[in-house]
Amino acid sequence: MGRKILLVTTDQQRYDTLGCNGGTLARTPVVDRLAASGIRFERAVPQSVVCMPSRATILTGQHPTTHGVWMNGVPLPDDAPSVAGLLHDAGYRTALIGKAHFEPYFDPFMRFTENALGRTGTTPPGGTHRGFEHLELATHGTMGQLHYSRWLQAEHPEALAMFYAVIDSDLEVNAAGGGDTGAPQVHVNAVPREWYHTDWVADRTIAWLDSLDATDDWFCWMSFPDPHHPWDPPQSEVGRIDWREVPLPAGYPETAAEREAILDAKPRHWRLWYDGTLVSNYEAPGRWVPATLTPDQVREVNARNAVECELIDEALGRVLATIAARGWDDDVDVVFTSDHGELQGDFGLLFKGPYHVDALMRLPLIWRPAPSAGVAPSVVETPVGLVDLAPTFCAITGMERAAWMQGAELPVSSRGGPERVLTEWDSELFGVGVHLRTITRGRWVCTAYLPGTVHDGTEGELYDLVDDPLQRRNRWGDPSQRSRRDDLLADLWDNRPAPHEPKLELQAPV
Amino acid sequence: MTPPRASVRRQVRIACPPDDVWAIVGNPARIHEWFPGIESSTVDGTTRVIITAGGIPIPEEIVTNDPLQRRLQYRITAPMVREHLSTLDVLDLGDGTSLAVYGADANPSTMALVIAGAAGNALEHLRAIMEGAR
Repeated sequence: MGRKILLVTTDQQRYDTLGCNGGTLARTPVVDRLAASGIRFERAVPQSVVCMPSRATILTGQHPTTHGVWMNGVPLPDDAPSVAGLLHDAGYRTALIGKAHFEPYFDPFMRFTENALGRTGTTPPGGTHRGFEHLELATHGTMGQLHYSRWLQAEHPEALAMFYAVIDSDLEVNAAGGGDTGAPQVHVNAVPREWYHTDWVADRTIAWLDSLDATDDWFCWMSFPDPHHPWDPPQSEVGRIDWREVPLPAGYPETAAEREAILDAKPRHWRLWYDGTLVSNYEAPGRWVPATLTPDQVREVNARNAVECELIDEALGRVLATIAARGWDDDVDVVFTSDHGELQGDFGLLFKGPYHVDALMRLPLIWRPAPSAGVAPSVVETPVGLVDLAPTFCAITGMERAAWMQGAELPVSSRGGPERVLTEWDSELFGVGVHLRTITRGRWVCTAYLPGTVHDGTEGELYDLVDDPLQRRNRWGDPSQRSRRDDLLADLWDNRPAPHEPKLELQAPV
Repeated sequence: MTPPRASVRRQVRIACPPDDVWAIVGNPARIHEWFPGIESSTVDGTTRVIITAGGIPIPEEIVTNDPLQRRLQYRITAPMVREHLSTLDVLDLGDGTSLAVYGADANPSTMALVIAGAAGNALEHLRAIMEGAR
């Protein structure tokens, strides 16, 4: 028997939402214990700040430029490389339970396997899909025909109308507000906790683990849809945190004048979105104007987000208890991370978009190596990427890193790690094109804006992550940092990943 | 603010003469042969009803079927859209190859991307069929 792997991902969760990372709002004792006995990464960086490209990077170990999924709505080719496929071929039992999102959700023609599986079962045609032999899928709320939605339809149809409608009648991301403050995508959800998707994902993971033989090696990707908006956790749990007592986040400038001055020093699309005059991508409600966001709305969003993080932590605790009860604990590596972050009030903004700052780019990442491996607990300060996960899984299982992987095995101390981490953004929606290339190296993060319909190719951002942890002082145009900027840009251009040929087409909004 | 109406285009070059391509795409009853996700189609006069792989029937009105221009246009008449017009052109590139162009105009705008996005995939499928048959 070899080491087994539980990969736990959440969706759109910030670094600072975990207790072990200094978070004070959500109680996350389960993940905190994993961090204390494992490796906690201080700066884990996604290769894309939206779901589909980032998830494809986790699976393939490649940058978006190479795997080709340059934005939500671009499906990962069925024959794309997959670390799950490698593990399955090596004899591992493989499962993906929860949110997959390698293929678009908007699929009225039911062309994509993920969506079709909801009707046909949990075993894909041909035995595996992207290397997974078992898929039970969910997303935010009850949209679509995924397994969770169909389970609710069959078992608890009265719950369907309780959830927030993620998409409005115009097929836009819904801007409707609710709760006590009218914050967008906040909603009072009467669903009982045990019917909510967080507990469903844990329940189905436990059921799959229970179906395995004790001697099986396994790789299980447990993928929670939360704390991604909508912020509609079961109302029975909302009282855990009174939003009125939630402090405003450090990243939220409290006066409009302060917010606007900060945004005006950044590339132009920041302020254009804030003012409601530019929608560059589908991921945030197109009808919502960030300038209308109030301090109380920020508090309520943060409170509900924290409740969702707590529910995830508790669900993970149940799964870990199952693993212990099966006698596997000594041989199981647990990796906890998220696909990207959430603005969550920083700069007076919510949701996500072409904004390569810590809110979206600094992720929680905890690796608790199997205790049998004898790896000493540590904190790694070197920047690492989600692109490094797939090679790490290979190393855990004693396999050679595949030649198509572009990352490296995660370091177990700050003495190791990649020299640089790259992140990219490409969006093209209804005549608006925005393109970012970012390098994180040491204490610096530098973003170049390629020519598009909003930028002319001269704009950029340069931040000192140590002296300016909130990224409020853009040093791109600072003459004293010119040589540093040029050096980072040269490094960025010299290490561009190979492009996928041909360029894949956008096939849906998300 | 996202525009209420949008226009999205996809195209593919096919190494076949335009008349060969038109023989398939110009027949509205044959759309299920080249459009993944459409299981069947029935045509009665200018009305076509397609059945998606999800079992959803979608009624459409054929508004143009011009073999001289090799242009097919149709509207979805179901209430899922306020306004829709899809246009499929097969252009002669003059070297024995063709350019198949699919444009979707719709309100709400997202529907234009949903339709044209799926059609782009279908055009690739059409190319594989056509070029594989040669």
